[in-house]
Amino acid sequence: MVEQKGLVKWAWVAAFLGPSLIGLWVFVVLPILSSFWYAFNDWNLLSPPEFIGTDNFVELAGDDRFWTALGYTLTFIALYVPVVFVLGLALALLLNQKVRGMLVVRAASFLPVVASWVVVSLIWKWLFNPAYGLINYGLGLVGIEGPAWLFDPGTAVAAMVITSVWKDVGYIALLYLGGLQSISNTLYEAAHIDGAGRWQVARFITLPLLTPTMFFVLITLLINYFQMFEQVWLMPMRDSAADRQVEVIVTEVVRNAFSYNRMGYASAMSWVLFALIFAITLVQLRLQKRWVHYETD
Amino acid sequence: MLRQTTKLFFVVLMLACTFILPAAAQEEVTLRYFTFSAAPDYLEELDTIIAAFEEANPGITVEVTTAPFADYFTLLQADVVSGDAPDVFELNYENFVTYAANDTLLDISEYLSGDAPYYPRALEAFQYEGAQLALPETFSTVLMFYNADLFDQAGVEYPTAEWTWAEATAAAEAIDALGDDVWGLFSPVQFWEFYKKAAQNGECSFFNEDMTESTINSEACVETLSTMVGFIDSDLMPSAADLSGVSDSELFLSGNVGMLVTGIWMFGAFQDAPFAWDVQIEPAINQNAHHFFANGVAVSATTANPEAAALWSEFLTASETAATVRVESGWELPALDQPEYFEAYLELTPPANRAAVFQALESPVTPPVIERQNEMQDAVNALITRVLDGELTAQEALDEAKAALDELIQ
Repeated sequence: MVEQKGLVKWAWVAAFLGPSLIGLWVFVVLPILSSFWYAFNDWNLLSPPEFIGTDNFVELAGDDRFWTALGYTLTFIALYVPVVFVLGLALALLLNQKVRGMLVVRAASFLPVVASWVVVSLIWKWLFNPAYGLINYGLGLVGIEGPAWLFDPGTAVAAMVITSVWKDVGYIALLYLGGLQSISNTLYEAAHIDGAGRWQVARFITLPLLTPTMFFVLITLLINYFQMFEQVWLMPMRDSAADRQVEVIVTEVVRNAFSYNRMGYASAMSWVLFALIFAITLVQLRLQKRWVHYETD
Repeated sequence: MLRQTTKLFFVVLMLACTFILPAAAQEEVTLRYFTFSAAPDYLEELDTIIAAFEEANPGITVEVTTAPFADYFTLLQADVVSGDAPDVFELNYENFVTYAANDTLLDISEYLSGDAPYYPRALEAFQYEGAQLALPETFSTVLMFYNADLFDQAGVEYPTAEWTWAEATAAAEAIDALGDDVWGLFSPVQFWEFYKKAAQNGECSFFNEDMTESTINSEACVETLSTMVGFIDSDLMPSAADLSGVSDSELFLSGNVGMLVTGIWMFGAFQDAPFAWDVQIEPAINQNAHHFFANGVAVSATTANPEAAALWSEFLTASETAATVRVESGWELPALDQPEYFEAYLELTPPANRAAVFQALESPVTPPVIERQNEMQDAVNALITRVLDGELTAQEALDEAKAALDELIQ
């Protein structure tokens, strides 16, 4: 093909990049930039925005609902992240076995990941139903009276964590599986020749070389779960205490923006969430030198 | 010959000027109407109303856009904020104040005929600071539905219009005793029931008269909330966990509850219930009070055709065609004080006592409305669930509610 130069070349570049760039600007970059401006405005969508300086942020600092939502978000993270982190690894080790039929198990463990949250929440709402759900039926068989899972705020959080782990563990395992399979076989062979046992191989080869994957998993889990939304929006039973009391940061953002018409306040809340995620990711990046080992040639 | 032809030409031209030009000068107007109540079940009925309006008002065309209720207000906001508001749109009463307070609605007083037979209370509901900013379109209310078979089994007389909650509670106890899976009554414990039962109490009001302070923690309000929660505490009514996701209407249809406080929009759903049922106005605490849920039709403050828009609003809400179409199709009831429009509606059974719908209108209660309406509802609802959980007493919850409401009206 004849090489094109100057304006013609740039016209082609623009023609190919344009459709994506326009979409990116209109639906992502501009809303992000404008939300920063609205965070300093009082805007109910019906009247023009009114500049109020940092009032939204000041109000946020004293807003009990925001702190409750942050509390629930952190509780979710504290309960969910360690469990899915460890179970994902365990599942990956299992899926890494060279056994007949493992492909089917791998596919099955990934099915919940591709299912939509609406479907998953419907299934688990049925399982957690205190009157006719399988979970309380099972507990009843061993003499335990099951709780009213998705009705009470405390048990609803536990139920949502269980559901989230079930839905996500296949994805985390897949990431670990990638990490496990990228560890060079020569290292295992060398260890074998040196007479290393299974534990020593796991402790000094597998685990250290899996730390980059662990690091990636941890960062993505934290970023995702600070922004958790679907399960809290969909799972609590309608009009129950859980429905009316359990809020996380993003449900608060959505409520303020679209139910309370407080677009400025919701924007401020989004930027605080961004700052929070940014700070935590930054700390993780700084700390990675202490525990993440990359395989070198 | 040429002269005659020229004369004829000028005669024809003059006739054309006389008849054709005024018609051409009459401006063609297209109104955009945005609705949530018509879709998806009543679009044909709406078309019938529009056809009658367009026939009566040549030159005006109505274009309809619909959206489901869940998305409607988000879309309407987007249209309003982008300066592209529909000329005429529906509003429910709870959202009316927000739109009115933000100068998005046109005062249509000067365009109204003045002879439309609206219920005065309904017309007043859509006034804001002395201006008529919308017209009442339809109304709905809540009644006491009762399972007559369970009343017979328990040997209790059917509810009467004179009942108080004391008599209802006694009947609920008798019905509740029929079996472990039978409940005496179901009356939701949430914001909307609370303000109505507050009105039944008569002494409890969420705000003082000039709306400068919340009075939701008054002794009467605490007493009212305690009465509501008491139905669950005394096991006459199932809690949310007891229901385990079964809705109150499903509970009624399964024949497991004696009395259910719910909306008249459930008439259709209960048509094929496998037992005898009827309705009665709600029992009083100290006085009768019934919900008055209303949808209104408003004209955008930015419409280019205010007169035509007001004309369409009045036709849609008050014309005989619109009223008849609504009543006959079971769409919603027009907010008109014209008993003859409702004759066909009253003849339908069950319920036999359909007249209770209009009896309820004698004691209408509209919700307490503030600009930050949804925040108020969510705050009160969250606190009520904490009372139901036993986490707070009614007094503690309403003290917290007062603080929250005071902040919201600032």
